[in-house]
Amino acid sequence: MTDTLDRPDVQTDLKIVGTRPVRPDGADKVTGRAVYGADFNLAGQLVGKVLRSPHAHARIRSIDARKARAVPGVKAVITGADLPDVATEFHEGGEAASNMRDMALNVMARDAVFYEGHAVAAVAATSAAAADAALELIQVDYELLNHVTEVEAAMSPDAPVLHAHLFTEGLEDVPSLPSNVARRHKIERGDLDAGFAQADVIAEGRYVTQAVHQGYIEPHACVASWGADGQCQVWCSSQGQFMVRTYTAKVLGLETSNIRVTPLEIGGGFGGKTVVYLEPLALALSRESGYPVKMVMTREEVFRATGPTSGSVMHVKMGAKADGTIVAADVELKFQAGAFPGSPVGAACMTTLSCYDIPNLRIIGWDVVTNTPKVAAYRAPGAPIAAFAVEQAVDDLARKLGMDPVDLRIKNGARDGVKAPYGPTFANIGYLDCLEAIKACPQYSAPLGPNQGRGVAAGFWFNVGGESTAAVHLNDDGTVVVTNGNPDIGGSRASMAMMAAEVLGVAVEHVRPVVADTASIGSSMLTGGSRTTFATGMAVIQATEKIVAELKRRAALIWDVPGEQVTWKDGAAHCADPAKEGAKPLTLKGLAGQSARTGGPISASVSLNAQGAGPGFGVHLCDIEIDPETGHATVLRYTVAQDVGRAIHPSYVEGQMQGGAAQGIGWALNEEYIFDRNGKMENPGFLDYRVPVASDLPMIDTIMIEVPNPRHPYGVKGVGEVPIVPPLAAVGNAVRDAIGVRILELPLSPPRIRATLDAKAAG
Amino acid sequence: MAHVVAPADAAAQFTGGVAEFDIAADTVRRLIAELDRRYPGFGPYLDRRMAVAIDGEIHQDAWTSPLKPDSEVFFIPKIGGG
Repeated sequence: MTDTLDRPDVQTDLKIVGTRPVRPDGADKVTGRAVYGADFNLAGQLVGKVLRSPHAHARIRSIDARKARAVPGVKAVITGADLPDVATEFHEGGEAASNMRDMALNVMARDAVFYEGHAVAAVAATSAAAADAALELIQVDYELLNHVTEVEAAMSPDAPVLHAHLFTEGLEDVPSLPSNVARRHKIERGDLDAGFAQADVIAEGRYVTQAVHQGYIEPHACVASWGADGQCQVWCSSQGQFMVRTYTAKVLGLETSNIRVTPLEIGGGFGGKTVVYLEPLALALSRESGYPVKMVMTREEVFRATGPTSGSVMHVKMGAKADGTIVAADVELKFQAGAFPGSPVGAACMTTLSCYDIPNLRIIGWDVVTNTPKVAAYRAPGAPIAAFAVEQAVDDLARKLGMDPVDLRIKNGARDGVKAPYGPTFANIGYLDCLEAIKACPQYSAPLGPNQGRGVAAGFWFNVGGESTAAVHLNDDGTVVVTNGNPDIGGSRASMAMMAAEVLGVAVEHVRPVVADTASIGSSMLTGGSRTTFATGMAVIQATEKIVAELKRRAALIWDVPGEQVTWKDGAAHCADPAKEGAKPLTLKGLAGQSARTGGPISASVSLNAQGAGPGFGVHLCDIEIDPETGHATVLRYTVAQDVGRAIHPSYVEGQMQGGAAQGIGWALNEEYIFDRNGKMENPGFLDYRVPVASDLPMIDTIMIEVPNPRHPYGVKGVGEVPIVPPLAAVGNAVRDAIGVRILELPLSPPRIRATLDAKAAG
Repeated sequence: MAHVVAPADAAAQFTGGVAEFDIAADTVRRLIAELDRRYPGFGPYLDRRMAVAIDGEIHQDAWTSPLKPDSEVFFIPKIGGG
C-alpha cells in the first residue's frame, strides 16, 4: 500500500512514474542469457588463481615461486614484489574514503599477512589444474605473530599491534604509542549527567554483534587484458565501473585513462562490491603473461578474503521521565575494521540516535583493526549494528514505563525542525508517518499465541547524491536510448527508462536503458549509498529535458514559427501559433524521422553532482514464534513501513524493503563469522553460514509512505539501505517479547535461545 | 553571516578547540577558504574529509553550493553507503 503526502514543490501529474512496467532486464535474467562476471570469456584467456595466507597474522620472510613457474601451462606468477608501493591517498568509495595504500596491501600482501585468506601470490595458467598445482608449489616462509580477532581484545594495551604506524586519531591528546585503535569518533549534546538526573527509568545494556557477510550470490569475477600498446581492458561485476578503473589504476600505478572497464551484470553487491580484489591481480597477470586472464573467486574465498561488515561491542544507557520523555542517551560503539582502518563506526555514530529528539547525549565510536578480513560497506554501513543496541534499549524503556513502544517513539521521534545528533536540522521527513502507519496496520493489533512475541524497531539512513552522467539519444524510428554509468543492482534501468519516458510523454517500452563502459559515458560515482535513482535519475531527467527542448526547436523549424509557439505534451510537439491553426501535432517518431533534414541526430547528455538527497526512515514490525524445545525462531509475520520519497517503480521499492528485511532477519537469527583459536574462519560456506531462504520467511508486507524530496523533480529519496537498519532490533525485541528474557548478543540462533531458556528455567 | 559548526575532534586538531564560527561567505568554497585563512591546514582537511550540511541538506564535494547570509552549516564526515 502507498500513502502519499502532498508536497507543493514536486510534480504530481505523473503518468509513468508510479506505475509497474515489466523490467527491461527481466527476460535475459530469467532465461539465463544475462552475462554476469563469471560468464564472460575472451579467446585465449588464462585461468588466474590466488594463494592465500593460512595464518591470521604473520610476517612474510620470503616467497619462492621458482617451482610454480616451472609447472607446464603456467604463464605468470606474481607476488607483492611485482606490484608498486602505493602512498597513502584517500578516494571515495563505499562507506568512507578508501586509503589506496591499504587497499593495495589488501589486494596483495607485501611484508606481512593480516588475516587468514590474505592474498600472498597469484598465478595464471592455461588450465585450472595447472594453476592449482602451481599454487601448491609456491613456498612462503612465514614468521608467525600473535593475532587478535575480537574488538575489545584488540583495544587492550597488551594486544598484538597490527600496524606500527597506526596512532589513534580523534583524541584530545596525541597518543605516544601505536595501537589497534585507528580513530575515536565523538558526538555530544547538552549535559549528560543533568539529563540522567531527570530520568525516572533507565535502560542499559552491553550488546554484541558478530561480523556478517553481505552474502551476494555472485562471487567476485573478472577478465582482464593488457594490450600490446598498454591500453588495458577489464570486464567485471561490480557496483561501479569507474570505481574499478580508479582503484585498479591506483593499485597498479597506472593512469586511469589506460584502463577501460566494462560492467557486466551484477548478482548482488550490497556494498561488498565497492572495492577491488581481483581486478588488479588479473591485470598484472595479463601484463606478465601476455594473455587475457580470468579470475573467479570460490565461495570460500568470498568469505575468507572479501569484506564482511564489522562485529561489535556496544554499551547503551538511556533515561526517560515517567511521561515517556527521553532525556539522556549515552552510547559507546566499538567496531572491528578488519585488517586495515575504516569500519563504518563513524556512520553508526551519526545514525544511532537519529530517530530521536534527545536533549542530552554522548556518542563515542571506536574504529579498531583486527586480524580479520578488511570490512567493506554493507547496506547502510554501521547503522543496523548500532540500531540493534539503541532500539532494544528503547524497547526496554517502553517496558519499564509501561508504554506502547510505538507511542514512546512517536513522543520522542525525529520530525521536521528537529536537529539530528550530528547537527543538521531535519526537513521533509516521514518518520512519524511510518510510526503511525505501523500502529494502524493489521499486524499490530492481531492477537499472539503461546511462545509468540512481537517487536518493533526504527531505523535511519542519510542517503547520498553525488556525481552522475546520463546521455539520451533519439533513434530515427522514434525510440530512445538512455545511457548511464551505474550498474543496475536494484532496478535502475527500469527507473531511468521510466523517468525519461515521463519527460518525453511516451510509453516506457519506447525507451531502452543501457549501462555503459568507462569509455562510453562520462564518469559516475558507484551504485551505492541509495543514490542512483536520485542522482543519476536527475541527470536522466535533465538530459531528456534537453531532448524535449531540441524537439520543440525542430518542430518550430518545420512549422516555421517562433520557438515559444511550440509546446510539448504526450509525446508530441503542439503548435500554439494562431496562424497555424489546425496544424497536426508532430510526434516524437515523426520528428525523429526528419532529424537529418532538421539538423542531424538528436542527443543530449548531462553530468552533475547531485546534492540534497533526502534522509530516509523506516519502522519494522516483527512477529516471531519460539520453539521451546529447540530454540528455533520462526518469523510469522513482518511489516515494513518506510518513507520512500516517491516510488518511481513501486514494485522495485517494495522489493528493496522486503530484501532489506530479509537480510536483516538473517543477520539477527543465524549469520556470523566463527573463528577458531588460530583466527581461521570455520564456516566459509552457505551450509555453515546460513542465510535465510524463501521458505524461512513469510511474505513481508510493505507500506510505502511517500513524503517527496523537494530537491528531486519527482520527489525521489533513496530507498535501498534504510530497510536493513531496523530488523536486527525488531527481531531482538520480538524474541524478548516471546521468551521474557532479553538476549543481548547476535545471532539469536537456536543454541543461544535454547541456552537462554535453560538458564531462565534454572532460575 | 553563515553560522558554521565543525566536529569537535577536527576543532581540537586545527582551531584550538573553537568549533563554531560566523563567516561571511556565499559558497562552500569561499567558506572553506576563509576557515583555512584563519586556521592554516583546516581547509584541506575539511575539503578532503568532510561533507557539509547546509540548512539541513547534505552536500558532498560541493564547492559551488550556495550559502545564504543566515545559513546553518555543519561539517560532518563524508557519507558513502552500501
